[in-house]
Amino acid sequence: MEFDGTIFWDALTSQEYLDGAVLSIGLAAASQVLAVIIGFVVALGRISKHRAPRAVAGLYVWFFRAIPTLLVLLLVWNAGPQLFPALREDWFSPFLAGLIGLSIVEAAYMAEIIRAALLSIDDGQAVAARALGLTPLQVLRKVLVPQAIKVALPPTGNEFIAMIKYTSLASVISLRELLTTAQVGVSVTFRYAEYYVAALVYYLVIVSLVMLLQSWIERRYRWTSTVPTRRFLPPSWSRRSPGAPGSTGTPNAAQEALKV
Amino acid sequence: MSTANAEQPAATTGRHAHQLPLLRVQDLHKRYGATEVLKGVDFTVDRGEVKALLGPSGSGKSTILRLMALLEAPDAGEIILDGKRLGVSVSGGRVSHLRERDLARQRTDIGMVFQRFNLFNHLDALHNVMLGLTQVRKVSRSEARDRAHAMLTRVGLAQRAGHFPSELSGGQQQRVAIARALVMDPKVMLFDEPTSALDPELVGEVLAVMEQLAGEGMTMVVVTHEVRFARRVADEVALFDSGQIVEQAAPDEFFDRPQHERTRRFLEHVH
Repeated sequence: MEFDGTIFWDALTSQEYLDGAVLSIGLAAASQVLAVIIGFVVALGRISKHRAPRAVAGLYVWFFRAIPTLLVLLLVWNAGPQLFPALREDWFSPFLAGLIGLSIVEAAYMAEIIRAALLSIDDGQAVAARALGLTPLQVLRKVLVPQAIKVALPPTGNEFIAMIKYTSLASVISLRELLTTAQVGVSVTFRYAEYYVAALVYYLVIVSLVMLLQSWIERRYRWTSTVPTRRFLPPSWSRRSPGAPGSTGTPNAAQEALKV
Repeated sequence: MSTANAEQPAATTGRHAHQLPLLRVQDLHKRYGATEVLKGVDFTVDRGEVKALLGPSGSGKSTILRLMALLEAPDAGEIILDGKRLGVSVSGGRVSHLRERDLARQRTDIGMVFQRFNLFNHLDALHNVMLGLTQVRKVSRSEARDRAHAMLTRVGLAQRAGHFPSELSGGQQQRVAIARALVMDPKVMLFDEPTSALDPELVGEVLAVMEQLAGEGMTMVVVTHEVRFARRVADEVALFDSGQIVEQAAPDEFFDRPQHERTRRFLEHVH
């Protein structure tokens, strides 16, 4: 086995790799945030009472899920300046092109996740909020969205992890993200294993951090009071949560079902 | 829109408003597709009166509450609360339905309690009660907190203020729902089968809160299957069937000397 630990270690700790990783994370995070915003608007269009927004939003989701992300990036970066002279200026960087391309594609997927999340909240809560006198916007902001976030979090975590890896597509528009950095190292030295494994380690670390972040956010959406032990709970409550001693929180439907 | 009742002009605000019934429902019609759910319903509720609506399921009694709560628009007819016609704007003889934003403002005068509680699952009991105050009434958070806490105390749930809906029994959830509606200081409270989704042993605590509320002079319309509650608490009882009111009378009359064959048959089943 020929694995040169020194080459590996030098690659791993090199400024190029760190820059590449930072670029990957930055592009992924910015694209994901933008995709959530666009996706939310598209999702509202998909569930609208009116035909026109439904049609436009439906078309958007169909189009951007149908075409390859790679093609979108090439279109934005190469065909964009050809069609729009304004894009031939310096400010139109590979990063910006990558951000636009990745976010408009991802928005189509996020729209479906957000639509499903909004529809998962039982209609009765919206009706009760309307009966209280909340305006449609308040019902959305104060009742539906906070609960939709909880539902949308796990699939959005999936999407974000995928997005980090999708940033490697941006190599075609000459963005030196993490995988491109590894590729450049390989093309100079032909030390495949050392450079690729260094990239692999970076991806493992990045995704692990994202997963930690996700579980931290999910914990904030548990919606149980912080009553520490079952001893202090009302009978009706402990009856419904007969979990193992020391367990806190009400089991959800899935946990309940799996116990049987 | 409405027919009949030419001698009874609708929206007379002002001087004699206190003599008029607080709530007046006039010739209300509603259909869903081919099904005519309400076929012209009239009734009035006086200030401080408790009206119980009985009837078989599918008779339209829940629909009428949804119309009175302005959650749906009637096809025809009028709902007049405190001298003011709800859900529409009348200008120059033209009647047009209000937009959702304006309906929202009118809904604050009407408290609604649902069969399935419909609490906000992401908020604890206290914040369920606070939401209407902070968002709709624009009350400061600290004052909303105080008033919500006082209201939870009133329904006997001060100890559960920090509990989330998933941690409360059905009876407790429904009492929170009552507090949530009540804290808005509505002119009338509507109850849509408030105990139908509850385990039998939890029905009593909810009815007790409602009875206490009636005793304090709240105007209430209660759709219910609880015959004993209707007899004890209601000032007037009405039987709904096939989208119409068959009979309405004071409880003693209604239960002991029903005038209509349909009422007698209904009472045989529920007693």
